[in-house]
Amino acid sequence: MEISAIYFLVPSLIMFCCGLYGFITRRNMIAMLISLELMLNSVDMNFVIFNRFLFPGQMEGMMFTLFAIAIAAAETALAIAIIINVFRSVNHVDVRELNEMKF
Amino acid sequence: MDYSQFLIMKQEIALLVVFLLVFLYDTFMPRSAQKGLPVCTSVLMLLLTVAGCLDCCLCSTDNQVAFGGMYETSAIISAIKNILNIGVVIVLIQSIKWANGEFMIMRRGEFYELLLVTLFGMYLMISARHFLVFVIGLECASLPLAAMVAFDKNRYESHEAAVKYILTAVFSSAIFMMGLSFVYGVAGSLYFANIYTAIYASPSVMLVMAVAFVIAGIGFKLSLVPFHLWTADVYQGAPTSVTSYLSVISKGATAFAFLVVMAQVFGSLYTIVWEWMLYALIILTITIGNLFAIRQRNMKRFLAFSSISQAGYIMLGIIAYNTLGVAAMMFYILVYIFSNLGAFGVIGAIENACGKVSMDDYRGLYKTNPRLAFTMMLAMFSLAGIPPFAGFFSKFFIFTGALEGGSVAIYVLVLIALINTIVSLYYYLLVVKAMFISEEECVILPFKSACSERLGMWIALFGIIFLGLLSPVYSTLIDMASVSQFGMYFLN
Repeated sequence: MEISAIYFLVPSLIMFCCGLYGFITRRNMIAMLISLELMLNSVDMNFVIFNRFLFPGQMEGMMFTLFAIAIAAAETALAIAIIINVFRSVNHVDVRELNEMKF
Repeated sequence: MDYSQFLIMKQEIALLVVFLLVFLYDTFMPRSAQKGLPVCTSVLMLLLTVAGCLDCCLCSTDNQVAFGGMYETSAIISAIKNILNIGVVIVLIQSIKWANGEFMIMRRGEFYELLLVTLFGMYLMISARHFLVFVIGLECASLPLAAMVAFDKNRYESHEAAVKYILTAVFSSAIFMMGLSFVYGVAGSLYFANIYTAIYASPSVMLVMAVAFVIAGIGFKLSLVPFHLWTADVYQGAPTSVTSYLSVISKGATAFAFLVVMAQVFGSLYTIVWEWMLYALIILTITIGNLFAIRQRNMKRFLAFSSISQAGYIMLGIIAYNTLGVAAMMFYILVYIFSNLGAFGVIGAIENACGKVSMDDYRGLYKTNPRLAFTMMLAMFSLAGIPPFAGFFSKFFIFTGALEGGSVAIYVLVLIALINTIVSLYYYLLVVKAMFISEEECVILPFKSACSERLGMWIALFGIIFLGLLSPVYSTLIDMASVSQFGMYFLN
């Protein structure tokens, strides 16, 4: 039995919205980064689902996903490095406290 | 496989060669020669720029396509790359003093390598005709910049700015890629040309969402309101050389790439979908950028908000949606590079000499450092658009380009932009007033700026004064734009 695309798309969309919600509400930088990862992964899922169900004859979406995973990894590595730097300088990772510059 | 198509990417390859030379210099030269690295990089970039400009003027490049249509170059594309090169040369020259400072001894090479990598990413982004290449270019242009923002490890502001930048950059690329996945779902391809034919004048709900996501994603990079919240903090926290790079080169490249995406992918949806989205964004960007700039006291923050409103003016070239608009936009970017780098040159020189970045400290600058004050004044006049400086002509051309379409809505838009020019005049003149008229005692003592900084300011001044009067520059851009690939998209 073929499972239709909607059963994959809805979880992917929920994942994206969770990521978005988490990014806006969480105040711990690591948690914000995890939320961003959720968003990026839901994008990957979307590409794979569209490729598999709508255009099964080609590989473009899959290839994009491979590259997107690599890019997401690079982004995370860099973000973690910057967060570690911040932790060394102020001893916490709470974005509420990073408010020296505003308005 | 036909390897000769790599020759079509000659600008990218030349930049890669420069990058490798800088990398080898940094790795293998003895420590005593390391002090020459900034000068060496500037000279290499200068050679690249001169060669590129000669190539662009003398040999007329036709539209050339490589890698099965994933990469495209034409006269106008190599022209915008050369414009970026000119800006990078000025940034490099202005950064020599800072890069030779005590703090930078161990990190000098990294700064220049990261800078060249981001430039390479911008090249790719401008030339990409497939969204995979575009995304790689976009990330390549924005991720190393986060590392550059975080460069000043001893300053707390640099950390804060870096965190804000990296989180918004990743967030915006997630939004952007979500839009791309919708486009892929509708069109079944990621080639610009295939998407264009697949969605030709047939909007669907999914496509409208896709366009909105793509505009939001690129709007973050361009710092359009309401996606601008990171801008001021990042500009203030980053080292001044990085700020100047971020504000002109990164912005110019992204603006052109935005134009390419909007015309060559979503061109058929101009009146139906995205004209009104962009319309609202431009009004918000120009107005809010201006209003927030008025209350800034920190010079870098002040220029951040001014650059937000300038981004709104650049967007007028996209909403114009004709070849005149493209030429005007490129001219605007060129002039903006010179004027903004003139201002940043002065700010950087003063910061290097005595660490002052507040507008209150600029009071009476004319009495102590008349030349710096004069440069700053001309840069401010050019940014505000006072004739006969280049800024006036660039604003004039971009308004003309926008009015070419002639709908009432565009007339209203240009009127709003025009009113905002007057508002912007107020806050640009605040700086001039502080420097020249203020009677209070001077904070900044007389100092002699470094030779490299003076050279950078001279180049910027030259551009500010002569660029508007040298009519061949703009007419060449018009010629290039009228034969470019954009023409066929604008007619539809």
